[in-house]
Amino acid sequence: MKQVVCLKVTPKIEQLKFDEVKKTMIREGVENEINEADKNALEMSLSVRDKLGGQVVVLSMGPPAFDPYLKLAIAMGADDAILLSDRAFAGADTYSTSLVLATAVKKISDYDLIFCSEASSDGSTEQVSPSIAAWLGVPLISYVGNMSVNDGRVQAKRIIRGGYEVIETTLPALLSVELGCNTPRFPDFRRKRWAEKEFKTTVWGINDLGLSPNEVGLEGSLTSVNELRHMRSPQRRKEFLTGEPKQVAAKLAEIIRNTA
Amino acid sequence: MQVVVEKESESKKTGGVFVFLEQTGGTLETVSLEVLGKGRAIADQLGVSLAGILLGENLEEAFKECAFRGADLVLVGESPLLGDFTTEAYSKVISGVVKEYDPDIFLVGATHNGTSLAANLAIQLHAGLMAHVVDLDVEKETGKLLGSVPGFGGNIVAVCKCKKGRPQMATVRPGIFKPLPISESLKGTVQPIKLDALKPEDVKCRVIEKSVGESVEISHAEKVVVAGLGLKEDMTLAKTLAKKISGILAVSRPVADKGAAPKDLVVGSTGSSLNAKLALVLGVSGAAHFSSGIRDVETVIAINSDPDAPIFSQADYCVTGDLFKIVPELVLELESNGGAN
Repeated sequence: MKQVVCLKVTPKIEQLKFDEVKKTMIREGVENEINEADKNALEMSLSVRDKLGGQVVVLSMGPPAFDPYLKLAIAMGADDAILLSDRAFAGADTYSTSLVLATAVKKISDYDLIFCSEASSDGSTEQVSPSIAAWLGVPLISYVGNMSVNDGRVQAKRIIRGGYEVIETTLPALLSVELGCNTPRFPDFRRKRWAEKEFKTTVWGINDLGLSPNEVGLEGSLTSVNELRHMRSPQRRKEFLTGEPKQVAAKLAEIIRNTA
Repeated sequence: MQVVVEKESESKKTGGVFVFLEQTGGTLETVSLEVLGKGRAIADQLGVSLAGILLGENLEEAFKECAFRGADLVLVGESPLLGDFTTEAYSKVISGVVKEYDPDIFLVGATHNGTSLAANLAIQLHAGLMAHVVDLDVEKETGKLLGSVPGFGGNIVAVCKCKKGRPQMATVRPGIFKPLPISESLKGTVQPIKLDALKPEDVKCRVIEKSVGESVEISHAEKVVVAGLGLKEDMTLAKTLAKKISGILAVSRPVADKGAAPKDLVVGSTGSSLNAKLALVLGVSGAAHFSSGIRDVETVIAINSDPDAPIFSQADYCVTGDLFKIVPELVLELESNGGAN
């Protein structure tokens, strides 16, 4: 069983500030992390490998500085890591991002399962996983909470409005995993030391993937951003009500009645 | 009001605005009707036609409903292979329809199914796709669709457009636009979609179990009680209060992640936006991804034990204290004076 897990390194969004003059996000000094839900995707994949054997390859697109995050995934138990890094990949929307990731998955070849998370914390478009499935022409099960593989078929429970459904499909397949659906394992201390010292992440650029510059990055994107706007919170009264619980409750009840 | 299903027309290149009409068990998703309403406005602005695509099984009631909601044309595809939503089957049929009719714009409600479908279709069609827009407009100079795409927890909006590809696509966040009321004057034509190309072997995903209870659309509620982790995953108190004010229960994302409430009830950038008159926010800290969900609430009351919680900068009335003391008192108070109204 060969599995690929797509990881995104994202900025910690609570640290991001908006530059009101330049109308851009200020990224300097902001810490990065592996997107939270991607760790859930990795955990799901690792537990499939623990049961059925085989290999888990983590795949990410980003600058060389993201290497430590892939090594963290290795320390968590992934067998191999590939970083898709090229200046030409910069400024990509979900169309060209998913093309680069899907092309790398094809190059990895002989894959049975591909895991992504349902969404990243920064972009939250939820588009990349269904798009990769489309490039690869494999069945997609999105928003998966748990899953199992039996006799070459995958069964996965996915969340739909008002409930859930269980979907069965053939391999290879792509699953997008729900945030918080499992508890990601901690990196193994020894493996972490080994990964930091000995493990070499494979780096693929545009030529390794056989793509041309006009297909990737900003140029390969089909959408563009006119401008960024700060959504200002509405003016609120911010009036603090104080007193004993009973007094406060009486004031609140009055406010509730008046707004009703 | 009667709808006649017409025969397929000869010339199919209509262009214009297309909307995916999502249904579950024959009931249309509210967001699809919201998008249809906005689609009508955009089509009028551009002077083009509006069409809806409805797929499933036994859809008579559903297409009768959308035929009077502003679409000039409702294209209906009925087949046992479309009875359950699968990205594969739906994207195959719709990409065929889009290639034939060649719309300028294609809009999809940002449900789980809608998002999966749209992102899969965008690749097949080589179309730009804007994610979960909270506003749509037309660029004056170019006539291009402008979508306001929220990011970074919903506090930043990127005004985007599709610079290449066709059609211009967007998924639209639920609870933003209003459906048009059913009206005879909005009557459109209904036509079947030819499904000859759809074969059982095209559909590798099979739904083997389904459990759908009653679902709540929190974005349309007038009064909402939002429960956060401060309530220690016990929804009893919040539910009692919600009942007392004739409102509904919603939750912050971590409460749903811990399994204390269904995901449908999540407020914020990973859930729904509230449009309520009143929201009582209990034990929610108010991080960035939450705050975008209460931006449009008229009056926000926040109760939290932490005086420094960010939620207090987003509330009209703020109470610092023990939820387990204040909320029961509030319930009593509302009872003793003959309810909330």
